[in-house]
Amino acid sequence: MDESIELRVNGTPVKVPPGTVVAAAVARAGVVKFRTSVLAAPRGPLCGMGICMECRVIINGDAHSRSCQTLCAPGMDVWTT
Amino acid sequence: MKTYHFEIVIVGAGPAGLAAACAAAESGKRVAVLDDTPWLGGQIWRGEQARPSISQARKWIERFRTTGVTLLDRTSVVAVPRRGLLTAEHPEGPRAIRWQQLILATGARELFLPFPGWTLPGVMGPGGMQSLVKNGWPVAGQRVVVAGSGPLLLAVADGLSKHGARIVSINEQAPFAQVAGFGLTLLAHPSKLWQGIQIKWRLLGIPYRLGVWPVAAEGDTQVRRVTLTNGEKNWTENCDALACGFGLVPNVELALALGCRLQNGFVQVDKWQATTVDDVFCCGEPTGIGGADCALIEGLVAGYAATGQRSRAADLFYKRAHWHHFRERLAKAFALRTEVRQLASDDTILCRCEDVTLARVRRFSGWRDAKLQSRCGMGPCQGRICGAAAKVVLGWEMESVRPPILPARVEALLVLNGNSNGPAASPLSKT
Repeated sequence: MDESIELRVNGTPVKVPPGTVVAAAVARAGVVKFRTSVLAAPRGPLCGMGICMECRVIINGDAHSRSCQTLCAPGMDVWTT
Repeated sequence: MKTYHFEIVIVGAGPAGLAAACAAAESGKRVAVLDDTPWLGGQIWRGEQARPSISQARKWIERFRTTGVTLLDRTSVVAVPRRGLLTAEHPEGPRAIRWQQLILATGARELFLPFPGWTLPGVMGPGGMQSLVKNGWPVAGQRVVVAGSGPLLLAVADGLSKHGARIVSINEQAPFAQVAGFGLTLLAHPSKLWQGIQIKWRLLGIPYRLGVWPVAAEGDTQVRRVTLTNGEKNWTENCDALACGFGLVPNVELALALGCRLQNGFVQVDKWQATTVDDVFCCGEPTGIGGADCALIEGLVAGYAATGQRSRAADLFYKRAHWHHFRERLAKAFALRTEVRQLASDDTILCRCEDVTLARVRRFSGWRDAKLQSRCGMGPCQGRICGAAAKVVLGWEMESVRPPILPARVEALLVLNGNSNGPAASPLSKT
């Protein structure tokens, strides 16, 4: 498969094919917890369609970005919380 | 702030929105379609733009492309400051969009009901999981239990297994008697029947259980086990993911913000798909959960009616009635049983954004009261998940929405003061 897009998830380089969303890149990097809830529980994507906000991560410094609705781009810097 | 002017603005580029755009474009008016995502086709046809597999989706996406309609993608409507104006968020900055006629094709989301363990990573909506898998989410070799309700369960199980997932079981809460009746309904809708037969054939060997529902999910950092029940006995199945959703709920937030009247939770429309607010039309799932075929017909009617092409709209009434019949049967067949409304225990989280338990909100008189006193529904999803759950679990109605209808940057909100031009270049960053 054409894995031509390279980005970083929590500092680790990940290669993904074009058309991959950031949420999928996070999962491919082996990260299960996308964010920490108010009561410190791990959370990951629920709705997959931009509504629940559970998949929000920091993309290129932009906090609260919906990883399920954002396509990966070369050099993206993604951090889970 | 970047400002656009169009005669017809359509919100949503799923089947209903695409059909509405194609019909409206025939009038020669200036038409635009906005969508949250970078893709055409909405959630139901997600991935079809890049890798077409459904001929109907390909046909409509191609037809849309020939119309010359402007597509404003990655554009999320955040507010309706006044009549004829929408404000929206875009990755490159806020947008002001002026319209003369507005067509809402905002689709639906999945219904999530709280049960112990439903907040664990790996517990996802079936449709949501399907969408993510189409955009690279890794499922190959993973054991997936599918549960909840609705025809989507089979379609998703089929889609996931094509991507290499090992489907452990498919569990539909509706009992056999209810679903069997729906099977007979399909005889009147041969295309749906054939779709169903093909899917079931490919899934041979995977248990499709009726009258079975999940009662708990367990795991430490992610879901590892699911306990299911048929009401008489419980058993546990190991898994790496649980795809669980209890049907669809319409996205009516924008309609509410515009002042459109709802009827039984859906946007009320007349035969022209016109809402109770002048120059605002609505089509597809927000008027009733009927699936893509129903949404396409309603979209065409709305697009024609909004542009004064009433005879073309009227030609479709008969076809629309056919799909409305299907829609009614669908609702009956997959009506929720009482037990699935009562899966949460007192310490189960109801509001995932603010981690508010069911026990904390139960004592309040209604949604508004609970919001004010417990922060339930006050997080970034703005009650879209827990509000829909509270309606089913506690019988509470969400009567109104407040702007912004999605979390927004301050820049996008400045227009709410009535200055549609906004600041030329704002130094403000994300709130």
